[in-house]
Amino acid sequence: MKITLTVWRQSGPNARGGFETHHVDDVSPDMSFLELFDILNEALIADGKEPIAFDHDCREGICGSCSMMINGRAHGPERGTATCQLHMRKFQDGAHITVEPWRAAAFPIIKDLCVDRTAFDRIIEAGGYISAPTGSAPDGNLILVPKAVSDTAMDAAACIGCGACVAACPNGAAQLFTAAKVQHLNLLPQGQPERWERVVNMVTEMERWFGSCTLHGECEVACPKDISIDFIALMNRDFIKAQFKQRRLTGQHA
Amino acid sequence: MTRLDGVPSTEDQNEDADAADRLLRSTGAPVPGQRQVPFPLQFWRSAIGKKWAMAVSGIVLLTYVLAHMIGNLKVFLGKNEINTYAAWLRTLGEPALPRTVLLWGLRTGLTAAFVIHIVAAVQLTRMNRRARPERYQSKRDYASANYASRTMRWTGIIVALFVIFHLADLTWGVANPHFVRGDPYDNLFYSFQRVPVAIFYIIANIALAFHIFHGAWSMFQSLGVNNPRYNRWKRYFATGFAGLIMVGNVSMPLLITTGVVSR
Repeated sequence: MKITLTVWRQSGPNARGGFETHHVDDVSPDMSFLELFDILNEALIADGKEPIAFDHDCREGICGSCSMMINGRAHGPERGTATCQLHMRKFQDGAHITVEPWRAAAFPIIKDLCVDRTAFDRIIEAGGYISAPTGSAPDGNLILVPKAVSDTAMDAAACIGCGACVAACPNGAAQLFTAAKVQHLNLLPQGQPERWERVVNMVTEMERWFGSCTLHGECEVACPKDISIDFIALMNRDFIKAQFKQRRLTGQHA
Repeated sequence: MTRLDGVPSTEDQNEDADAADRLLRSTGAPVPGQRQVPFPLQFWRSAIGKKWAMAVSGIVLLTYVLAHMIGNLKVFLGKNEINTYAAWLRTLGEPALPRTVLLWGLRTGLTAAFVIHIVAAVQLTRMNRRARPERYQSKRDYASANYASRTMRWTGIIVALFVIFHLADLTWGVANPHFVRGDPYDNLFYSFQRVPVAIFYIIANIALAFHIFHGAWSMFQSLGVNNPRYNRWKRYFATGFAGLIMVGNVSMPLLITTGVVSR
């Protein structure tokens, strides 16, 4: 396959960036999208040019490092896959592909396609954990969790924090990421003691960096883990409840 | 870490590369929050609180739009029907309340809902612009955002401008040369004899229908109402409501201006 690649190049955070076009021949349809960049970079290095910087790590869709806007879609046209799981067979021979980094005020470009996603860490620091003394492992099944609840919590916990939701959102909002990180704990019994504090702290931190939700649903389509925007409604519900709740009664039913 | 001589650093490749270090944000305690304010203001400060306020004011406005349409459709029943209805609005709440007091109460609530809805929308839009100061340089390919959701700001502005004209036309009478106070039937017919005015009414109500198509669905999400058992009904509700309002409201200028319904 022959591929024409237009890539965003930017030498540093404050440098002026621009598009650069490369022609890559001998592309195997079995290559992943990142491997396309590997062979392009090898050619660039052989020519004595600066290779294209891009984030990658596990290359099996679980680390959340890879982050590319491919033809105007976060992680490319396939649903439920990260860039590393996108294969060249999904493109036509001779295709012209445009690649851009995530763009958001909270995701400043470090170089080329690499962006700084520290803002996500700040949201997690604000409440994406439970406080519990850890000792020896507790007995299994000591805390009973209904099957439907554990399934839903697991769906939310699938979030790999890649930032595609922010990149895809026309508003640059991080609602899907934050909702997933809030809800996988808030749904479970272990998350209940800090439930109201968690949602308020994480949402407050999120709003320091990101935009607000207008429910376009772009994040859901871009998400490599197919996380549903229903979690955003659940987060909104918990945030609103946290405003009206008598928190001294948190331990009680209903 | 001390730098060894002769070992290339990123600095040697290009002078801007080490600027990445300066991106690292301060760790430790979160930046001190804003001053504590009373509870309702605290809620309003958050974007989710503003969205909640938009949903609640949206429900008030939807209720009004439906009631307004039902009342106005009496124009098809004849002069007596709609003028009696208009007079009844002023006596609403009697004898418990003096004349027009309940009407003014409703008008106040409606104005408040409008103001809250618009102020929240403006503030959220500005927040969203700040969240992405540099736009994508290549063409975006939207997969899920529909026409209605992406034009909310424009349809909102069209409807807001229309409401001002509509009040000037049929409530204050300044935009209607034949305006007679207390005779909505004749006022409406005079107004719709002007074709550009009728076209504006039709365009504004189509814009309103698009606004409702997205708004009446997304308000449930903003309020946190979500249950797989009835989630699909939210879409049916919004589509049905938008369709009903469009058919009802467009029928009046359309049928009257084209002369299908005459006095």
